[in-house]
Amino acid sequence: MNEDQETTLDTLKPGEKASIRKVRVKGTARRKLMDMGMVAGTEIELVRNAPLGDPMDYNIKGYHLSIRKEEAKQIFITKL
Amino acid sequence: MEAGKIKIALTGNPNVGKTTLFNALTGSRQHVGNWPGVTVEKKSGSVSYKEYDIEVIDLPGTYSLTAYSMDEIVARDFIIEEKPDIVIQVVDASNLERNLYLTTQLMELGSKILIVLNMCDIAEERGDRIYIDKMQELLATPVIRTVASQKEGICDLLDKVIEQKEVQQHHGHEIGYGTEIEDRILEIEKVLAEDETRDTRYPLRWISIRLLEGDSNVREKISKSPVYDRVIQIIDSIDQEEYEAEIADKRYLAINTVFPQMCTRANGKLTKSDMIDRVLTNKYLGIPIFLALMWGAFELTFAFATPFMDMIDLSATWFAEYVSSSLQPAWLASLVGDGIIGGVGAVLVFVPNIFILFFLLSLLEGSGYLARAAFIMDKLMYKIGMHGKSFIPMLMGFGCNVPAIMAARSIEDEKDRLITILVVPFVSCGARLPIYVLFAGTFFGRQAGTVIFGMYVLGIIIAIISAKLLRATVVKGKPAPFIMELPPYRVPTLKTSLIHMWDNGFMYIKKAGTIILVGVVVIWVLASFPWGVQYGSEDSYVGSLGHAVAPLLKPLGFDWKISVALIFGLVAKEIVVASMGVLYGAGESSDVLSDRLIADSGMTALTSLSLMAFSLLYMPCVATVGVIRKETGSWKWAVFAIFYGIIVAWITAFVIYQGGVLLGY
Ligand SMILES: Nc1nc2c(ncn2[C@@H]2O[C@H](COP(=O)(O)OP(=O)(O)OP(=O)(O)O)[C@@H](O)[C@H]2O)c(=O)[nH]1
Ligand SMILES: [Mg+2]
Repeated sequence: MNEDQETTLDTLKPGEKASIRKVRVKGTARRKLMDMGMVAGTEIELVRNAPLGDPMDYNIKGYHLSIRKEEAKQIFITKL
Repeated sequence: MEAGKIKIALTGNPNVGKTTLFNALTGSRQHVGNWPGVTVEKKSGSVSYKEYDIEVIDLPGTYSLTAYSMDEIVARDFIIEEKPDIVIQVVDASNLERNLYLTTQLMELGSKILIVLNMCDIAEERGDRIYIDKMQELLATPVIRTVASQKEGICDLLDKVIEQKEVQQHHGHEIGYGTEIEDRILEIEKVLAEDETRDTRYPLRWISIRLLEGDSNVREKISKSPVYDRVIQIIDSIDQEEYEAEIADKRYLAINTVFPQMCTRANGKLTKSDMIDRVLTNKYLGIPIFLALMWGAFELTFAFATPFMDMIDLSATWFAEYVSSSLQPAWLASLVGDGIIGGVGAVLVFVPNIFILFFLLSLLEGSGYLARAAFIMDKLMYKIGMHGKSFIPMLMGFGCNVPAIMAARSIEDEKDRLITILVVPFVSCGARLPIYVLFAGTFFGRQAGTVIFGMYVLGIIIAIISAKLLRATVVKGKPAPFIMELPPYRVPTLKTSLIHMWDNGFMYIKKAGTIILVGVVVIWVLASFPWGVQYGSEDSYVGSLGHAVAPLLKPLGFDWKISVALIFGLVAKEIVVASMGVLYGAGESSDVLSDRLIADSGMTALTSLSLMAFSLLYMPCVATVGVIRKETGSWKWAVFAIFYGIIVAWITAFVIYQGGVLLGY
């Protein structure tokens, strides 16, 4: 269970889905992510990594949102 | 509200079609593109409809009323400060949930709103169903269906605007934030209400919520209030981060409860756009395709243009000959023939390149690939200390640096933005292209294409080095987080691309007919006087001017005539070519400029290479310096850009020329 609590968004593989638990990103980015729909309970899917590995292309609320691994590491999820 | 006059503002998330709608409403031709952040300034227009004068304001896109970047601040301030009669929120029907988040904030602000459900064609094609009646009822707001790109629903919208003008709107749906937050809201409201002098334009509830969310802008608004200290006491006692998250959660929760009633989404189908993305942002193909596209665009810019250029060139030569043989007196023939036709004509030859260049850039913008380019390049950009989003202004810079620097407004972080503004001038714009074509074409023959491409690459390399240097010195720190929406691919509309091409290409022509014409005449005059000297000789004024700066430029391989061209090129880079046209236009020879350069100028392939590099890098043109000043808000950076550019250009040209001499060229 404890392990599960620590799962972060960057561990998702292409095609995998998860539900967001907490956004722990610092600064204004946190607020911006929440404004764009990253709130608790939202379903999110990793579509693909960029060709160079970073950033990532996620599907959330029916649109494509791209963020870097660095931020994804600070977003806690429950895998679905 | 004056009778007959209505002021409406178009707001909404980025890339939902606000500007497309604005253009459809007012008949304007504002820039439209398929990526978030096209519009960075407010623009106004008007339309007369059924005895009403409707003023329409197009705003930059924003995801929420909490603004992060300059363009979002413009949008927020307009809605909050100017209070238009009706706020029209343009909503992307294929992306309803996230769009409604802004709606909840506008409702709290108490604006009279009208929702425009745009992009209905896309939602319908995908199989989504939106129940507009239900939506109107649930949101207690009129909803109009439009397809802005096909001008569908424009009259319905205008009718509704007129109808709503007099109506008092009550927002039925107030979002409840849970007992704890609601208690705090009440507490703050009560304290605020004690201030008799308060600004009554804003609902107390809205101010309270914004304060709890940590909105520094609203905090400043009440900072003069006598109850300020007590309000701040309440706010300081809460866990701001917790509240922030909770409030955002509750807004989306409220949306989620109404959303299923107004829309059923077709699920799971892979859209065309997703399929395109599988190829274009593919792990292995992504980068090669990107490079191929850039190379292709470069090739097309020249390949398509060549026949047109030859035509223009021929007619200019013929015209110059005709003029010099038929005009009297001789000085007039010289002014028109050598000066105006020689100079302006040398620049006009490149009109076809410029048109094609802007057409291709517009295709790039309209397709949605520009956002992907930022996505693909972010990692590399990060390594050189820049933000992925900076890639968009840099690509636009290939057209013209001025709008490119303005496009940097959508970059949230001030440092990221500053670096972008300072390196964009090294991206080789359309105005520099004539210089390369003329000199590479003249001195490199079949290798011309490679040399020109090399110039573009040189510009990019210098931009990269500069970004690294800036990060290590004056703008320390790391690039901010990359958070960007990737819009679906669309087929660019031919009309939009043609308009974009024409407007920008025409500006180039206009420039040739104004600034460059003046420059050319000035050079001609300076080359002809004092009275009696041989035209364009060392004894003329132009000769003295050239000789004054020539020593500085001698180590780069430039003689006094090139020095003159470079001095005047500071105004607009095309003038470098135009002044070559003027200075080497003397005599009866009817050869085209490049033959005359080979015959008379004493230039070699090496000096021409050094000259191309120098022209690329030395100081941004006057318009670019102006926009750097405006966008950074101080002369400091504009002056920095000038000196930095000159130093970089001098060093680069020095290395090229002296290196070449050493190698025996
Ligand atoms: N299919 C379809 N495309 C549309 C519609 N309206 C606009 N578009 C396209 O959507 C893209 C964005 O349009 P813009 O008008 O630039 O959007 P905007 O809201 O002004 O964007 P920003 O200025 O970046 O906030 C363009 O590619 C338009 O051609 C529509 O109703 N249907
Ligand atoms: Mg716009």
